Amino acid sequence: MRWKSPSPLPGFGLTLGYTIAYLSLIVLIPLAGLALRASGAGWDGFLSAALAPRVIDAFKVSFGCALIAALINLVFGLLVAWVLVRYDFPGRKLADAFVDLPFALPTAVAGIALASLYAPQGWFGALLAPLGVQVAFGPLGIIVALTFIGLPFVVRTVEPVLQDFEREQEEVAAMLGATRASVFFRVILPSILPALLTGFALAFARAVGEYGSVIFIAGNLPGVSEIAPLLIVIKLEQYDYVGATSIAVMMLLASFVLLLAINLLQRWTRSYDVR
Amino acid sequence: MSADVFDAAARPLPLSAVDESRWTRRLLIAVALAFMGLFLLAPLLVVFIEAFSRGAGFFFDAIVEPDALAAIQLTLLAAAISVPLNLFFGVCAAWCIARFEFKGKGLLITLIDLPFSISPVVSGLIYVLMFGLHGWFGPWLRDNDIQIIFALPGIVLATIFVTFPFVARELIPLMQEQGGEEEEAAVVLGASALQIFWRVTLPKIKWGLLYGVLLCNARAMGEFGAVSVVSGHIRGETNTMPLHVEILYNEYNMTAAFSVAALLALLALVTLAAKSALEWRFSAELAALKKH
Amino acid sequence: MVPRFKAFAAALFGSALALGAAAAHAQTTILNVSYDPTRELYADFNKAFIAKWKADTGQTLTVRQSHGGAAKQARSVIDGLEADVVTLALAYDIDAISDAGLINPGWQAELPFNASPYTSTIVFLVRKGNPKGIKDWNDLIRDDVKVVTPNPKTSGGARWNFLAAWGYALEKNNNDEAKAKDFVARLFKNVPVLDTGARGSTVTFTQRGIGDVLLAWENEAFLSLKEVGEDKVEIVVPSLSILAEPPVTVVDKVADRRNTRPVAEAYLSYLYSAEGQELAAKHFYRPRLPEVAAKHAKRFPQLKLLTIDQNFGGWRAAQAKFFADGGVFDQITGVK
Repeated sequence: MRWKSPSPLPGFGLTLGYTIAYLSLIVLIPLAGLALRASGAGWDGFLSAALAPRVIDAFKVSFGCALIAALINLVFGLLVAWVLVRYDFPGRKLADAFVDLPFALPTAVAGIALASLYAPQGWFGALLAPLGVQVAFGPLGIIVALTFIGLPFVVRTVEPVLQDFEREQEEVAAMLGATRASVFFRVILPSILPALLTGFALAFARAVGEYGSVIFIAGNLPGVSEIAPLLIVIKLEQYDYVGATSIAVMMLLASFVLLLAINLLQRWTRSYDVR
Repeated sequence: MSADVFDAAARPLPLSAVDESRWTRRLLIAVALAFMGLFLLAPLLVVFIEAFSRGAGFFFDAIVEPDALAAIQLTLLAAAISVPLNLFFGVCAAWCIARFEFKGKGLLITLIDLPFSISPVVSGLIYVLMFGLHGWFGPWLRDNDIQIIFALPGIVLATIFVTFPFVARELIPLMQEQGGEEEEAAVVLGASALQIFWRVTLPKIKWGLLYGVLLCNARAMGEFGAVSVVSGHIRGETNTMPLHVEILYNEYNMTAAFSVAALLALLALVTLAAKSALEWRFSAELAALKKH
Repeated sequence: MVPRFKAFAAALFGSALALGAAAAHAQTTILNVSYDPTRELYADFNKAFIAKWKADTGQTLTVRQSHGGAAKQARSVIDGLEADVVTLALAYDIDAISDAGLINPGWQAELPFNASPYTSTIVFLVRKGNPKGIKDWNDLIRDDVKVVTPNPKTSGGARWNFLAAWGYALEKNNNDEAKAKDFVARLFKNVPVLDTGARGSTVTFTQRGIGDVLLAWENEAFLSLKEVGEDKVEIVVPSLSILAEPPVTVVDKVADRRNTRPVAEAYLSYLYSAEGQELAAKHFYRPRLPEVAAKHAKRFPQLKLLTIDQNFGGWRAAQAKFFADGGVFDQITGVK
């Protein structure tokens, strides 16, 4: 069997060649350089740098906060998508357009805006301070920033599936005597689940590596609110290239695994589509 | 049991069974809008309110200050170089992936997506490792008096990296959905490759293309983490707008920081407006896009 | 690989490279890579030096200026940021550049006063009226006090903070290192935010309202009084602190390759001139020239100052003991 199916269309070699060349130059060769640099210290050096307690702590903060933020987005992203698709209300179109704001707003701008809102003197910070809740400069602040970053991923993956969902199925279930709640949990939720999980995974993947919006609002305390990307920067500033590249390689592996998971999820989503 | 079903079918279904009650609806709408207001609208508002807290005059002074102008120029220039390059790449990648079947396609798509999920800090770091003085090409570059990192080329490279998949990600599913029959017909009719692209393919994908370019451009102008690592932070020279925001913020110049931030936020709003206009007018053509 | 890269670079970034290369060739441009709190000082100083250089040589000079956390800046220079001169927070960061082969060894002896044309010290900045009654270092380990300082791993100022606290604890505990360690551990338990640079911490304290006391460069504290208002914050001078010497030097490899040594050296020696010293004093640095220092003596409180060389055996020793991975700072933050 040949590796390429025949096609009458022109330009395959040229476009594929260019695609691979450009991909290699911009992405693959630099990433290989990173891996090579990290391996320069040998396997032991890499492991001891990548698994140092402070690094593990930073990963815990990064992954933990990203997970919580993605879960918040799972719930509220679904709610927003539901409301935007199912209900009509004044300003619906505007709200729909607004969902993409985190895609378009530079992360540094989001960072300083969130920091001013949630600092003890800010609009929200001043309200929360008497309750003893401090958001900015702690793990809560990181979660707020990551929630901001991740929201559109869930909404935008769930929306189209919800739009295409056939209302007849709900009607049938209702006719059979199911309550609205059980229709939602037994009929609607299972069919949007792949999309929901894809959105969740996308939001999570983006949140794990986020830097710009987080550093303005995180307290950067080792083990408490120090995220892995910041630790890379800190290691660089300590002239510790092995440490920095080792953490970077770990993050790279994490993003690659997440991407594979997302691609599998998307295949699953499509298998629902063609049903 | 069958009698129950018959009964249920004969009576009009209670609204509560296929839809939520009016109050549930209102509650859900209220909660969703409150969440969006809290997480999306409030940060946007605070940027503009802080920017204009000392009046419009101060806002404009902060924007036309020489270092701010230099940052705006650099940001525009970096986007103007990186967006077309990624546009060209996106079209090439979409053509070979969506129009041909070959082994390893899945892997290729995953690799194209990779920059999207890599931490921006790592994206900057890889170029420091390549082109830094102690990187692979560092000594040769210095001997030939070429600055890559801490100069425009490094900023452009980092920007290209973080916006790498944007156009391709929009085009690949769109073109897969559309199929290649029309192009094949054009081949039979004797059209050249370029003719096929300009006359057949481009008209079909132009809105998806524009959509991808919009998102690519927004990210290119707003990137912070990756550019921060390769910038060198030379005032009026290698600071992009987001970096200039950080600098002003660190100089007790809150209002000026928020002024430049407001300009970036305005850019984000223009992007959103353009995107929505595209979606509303060409919803049919773009419906396919949303499916991926 | 290399020729292929050349073709690629030329094709892709022709115009961009031309720009970069042109900037590198311009003779009358120097780049000063500095740390965070000197922004205002060098903004003024550069103007003054450009005027002087024009008067002396007729050349129009451009001084390019970069600021950031001292370690980040040193790292950038090591990675190829073409600094003709560096003006950083402490000698260790310049040692790191020197270790990378860009600055000749022995650089600190080439200019007077340990190559530090101005000094500063570490003081406390507290909220107006000093509501927590903070007087000295031992108040910082009280349970009800929140302390803001940058991260000693990345910020030069923070390392001075740390050493001053350590020196105080040693003196109070008859040089018992275990007790000193306990003291700084308790102090850092009271730190709610660790910014990467001194300026970030100042913003956190003054603009964001976090913490009861900021450990700050004296010049940074004076600047805060000026910028945020004497009705908001005030300075507390502890009983003992450390003589902070932010050093300056020419980056030999860069200056020689770009033929900028004369202007780079003139730039640094102007820092030692009466005009330069006046500007330093204006921006709240302690001048070194006795006559200028005498003029401004009233502004700067006299207090007992430790020095890095006498009390800590120099920066290399202090760095290895306190701030390297696994050092005292890692040990005390690990116990959290």
